[in-house]
Amino acid sequence: MSMIEVRNVTKIFGENPAEALRLLREGAAKDEILAKTGCTVGLRDVSLEIKRGEIFVIMGLSGSGKSTLIRHFNRLIDPTDGQILFEGEDILKYDARRLEKFRREKLGMVFQRFGLMPHRTVLENAAYGLSVRGVPRAEREAKAMEWLKTVGLEGFEKQYPGQLSGGMQQRVGLARALANDPDALLMDEAFSALDPLIRGQMQDQLVELQAQLRKTIVFITHDLDEALRLGDRIAILKDGALVQVGTPNEILLEPADDYVRAFVRDVNRAKVLTVEKLMKPPAHRIAHDDLDRALAEMRKAGETYGFVYRSGAFQGVLTEAALQVAVAEGSSASPSELAQEPPRIEHGSALAEALPMAMGTDLPLAVMQDDQLRGFVHQERIGEVLAMEPAPEPPAEAGPPPAAREAQKQAEDARPAA
Amino acid sequence: MFVDLGKPIADGVNQFVRHLIVNYGDGFEAVSGFILKILLFIETGLRDLHPAVLLAVVFGLAWASSRHLLMAAGLTFLMWLIGCFGLWEQAMQTLAIVLVAVLISALIGLPLGVLSARSTRFRAVLSPILDLMQTIPSFVYLIPAAMLFGLGKVPAVLATVIYAAPPLIRLTELGIRQVNAEVVEASRAFGATRWQMLRGVQLPLALPSIMAGLNQTMMMALAMVVIASMIGARGVGETVLLGLQRNDAGRGLIGGLVIVILAIVLDRITQNFGRRMQIRGGEG
Ligand SMILES: Nc1ncnc2c1ncn2[C@@H]1O[C@H](COP(=O)(O)OP(=O)(O)OP(=O)(O)O)[C@@H](O)[C@H]1O
Ligand SMILES: [Mg+2]
Repeated sequence: MSMIEVRNVTKIFGENPAEALRLLREGAAKDEILAKTGCTVGLRDVSLEIKRGEIFVIMGLSGSGKSTLIRHFNRLIDPTDGQILFEGEDILKYDARRLEKFRREKLGMVFQRFGLMPHRTVLENAAYGLSVRGVPRAEREAKAMEWLKTVGLEGFEKQYPGQLSGGMQQRVGLARALANDPDALLMDEAFSALDPLIRGQMQDQLVELQAQLRKTIVFITHDLDEALRLGDRIAILKDGALVQVGTPNEILLEPADDYVRAFVRDVNRAKVLTVEKLMKPPAHRIAHDDLDRALAEMRKAGETYGFVYRSGAFQGVLTEAALQVAVAEGSSASPSELAQEPPRIEHGSALAEALPMAMGTDLPLAVMQDDQLRGFVHQERIGEVLAMEPAPEPPAEAGPPPAAREAQKQAEDARPAA
Repeated sequence: MFVDLGKPIADGVNQFVRHLIVNYGDGFEAVSGFILKILLFIETGLRDLHPAVLLAVVFGLAWASSRHLLMAAGLTFLMWLIGCFGLWEQAMQTLAIVLVAVLISALIGLPLGVLSARSTRFRAVLSPILDLMQTIPSFVYLIPAAMLFGLGKVPAVLATVIYAAPPLIRLTELGIRQVNAEVVEASRAFGATRWQMLRGVQLPLALPSIMAGLNQTMMMALAMVVIASMIGARGVGETVLLGLQRNDAGRGLIGGLVIVILAIVLDRITQNFGRRMQIRGGEG
């Protein structure tokens, strides 16, 4: 079920939104509209759905409208046109009272520069959302204290935010947002102001928390690695328009255009892509005992191996080479006796794990999930994806892209062990 | 070459003031009576207070605001000098007028400051009016004020308010506008009402600026003391005025000194309180 749904939302900043909207409908570009009307296009006909319990990441260059979009979800910004639904309710119909109630009960927000109140202690800050709701002091401070403990800030509750490091301040921000027990959490570049190390820790913490809490989280970032690490799905914005929405694998494997391609260029694919994304059903099945016929059929199909099945159960993989030898020797063994057990890999594993296995065998990898065979990954496909030419680059920069280099190196490292 | 605008404007204003007196005289009298009551309450309070008690209060406030024994002792000594100059009574009268003027300025100025921080349009209207209040010579409004409220302390207080309130309004507005936008946004995102936002975030964080405004208002109110005495406000201003009228330079000088002392004492105390707030705001 969708938690937040945005339908055809357009936001125009400036004095003359009507005229700008008209130009926009005619397909004018952002710059052109700015020149003609003095209005800035913040969002341009954006439609998307965010599902309950997912981490939805919004990416895009500076000025692409990420902050503008997330602020529509709690109506810190109202759209010029379009609809916004939260749990199926049209939140644009809310009056001021109802909107305040909605913000108090349904949403928490975490800010890039933390947005903490310098004149309140850490504890009072964490309890702020509850105090706005009118929860009595003792109760709200007990609850805030619990959350401060959860984010690892026990003992700092009497301090003022200015006395804490950036990472700690953002933990206070997180505790403040969670203390309200909101249905959805909005995080606008929540970790961007932090050092890389602290940032990694915060990401870990968020992933950990999310495993227990299963909130709906909307997370904005500039950083693709962060997006891929956290996101169940990723939306990419450009000049206020939505360019692509998809899972990390989809974004990496099927970038919608050059803009997205440029985004994913430097990603370490081996670490990010998972095996099931490359998984195929068995291509060529062998379900009878006639070796000559099996060899002929395999050659005809242009395959170098076949999947042996006996009464619907998978027996193993039979290579053309093995089959050829057996036929030459006039062997009387059945295909299931000749078949080899392929290496197994767990559903959800990264290609980095699959790579050494693939290097050590001629067979496809069997993808397993809960001890069930889900499909096969062919070695050539792994090589193809890792070497996939990313964005079209000028010839000067030709050479293997970093991801492919990385894959090569890993393959070399892995070889002796395999 | 020139069209005569002066006479019609002057006549118009006179007529308007006369109209106000005739039709709304009672209303003005009621307001005037109310202010007078407060003023007298404070004034008799200050005058009935034993000077030693007041000196102790000054010492206490100065110490609480600065945590500096020397500063507290110095300010108390200055206040004691006022008594030695034989102007204690008058100083208390002046102090009462200043305090009431500051009180009224705060009552009017804070809401106006908040409103103009909130609405750019309101600010656009208010700003030239504030300019006018500060630049127009006080005698211009002293006359109609005296006509509407009669001679005495009340018009003096009101004239003082007109002159002294603008910095408080401006600095309140500035303080609120300068509050970190993300903090205000956070408060909004958590569903705070406007009032919760104002009370819990904007005013506390604007407090150092508001205190600076209050300090300036107080100083400007003191600067009006002599002019206010021209329409019958008693106090140190009157002493200075009498000194001038009777060609008694010595007396005038003593009166002037007392005003300066009051200014120093009030300024130090309010400024130090403001600084303490700034420190607290900064540390957090
Ligand atoms: N209040 C505003 N008034 C006018 N224009 C605005 C306003 N807020 C945003 N914009 C414009 O809307 C566009 C989108 O801005 P937004 O802040 O959403 O970008 P962003 O993707 O969050 O960028 P960043 O990564 O720098 O935070 C920009 O062109 C910006 O100048
Ligand atoms: Mg932004």
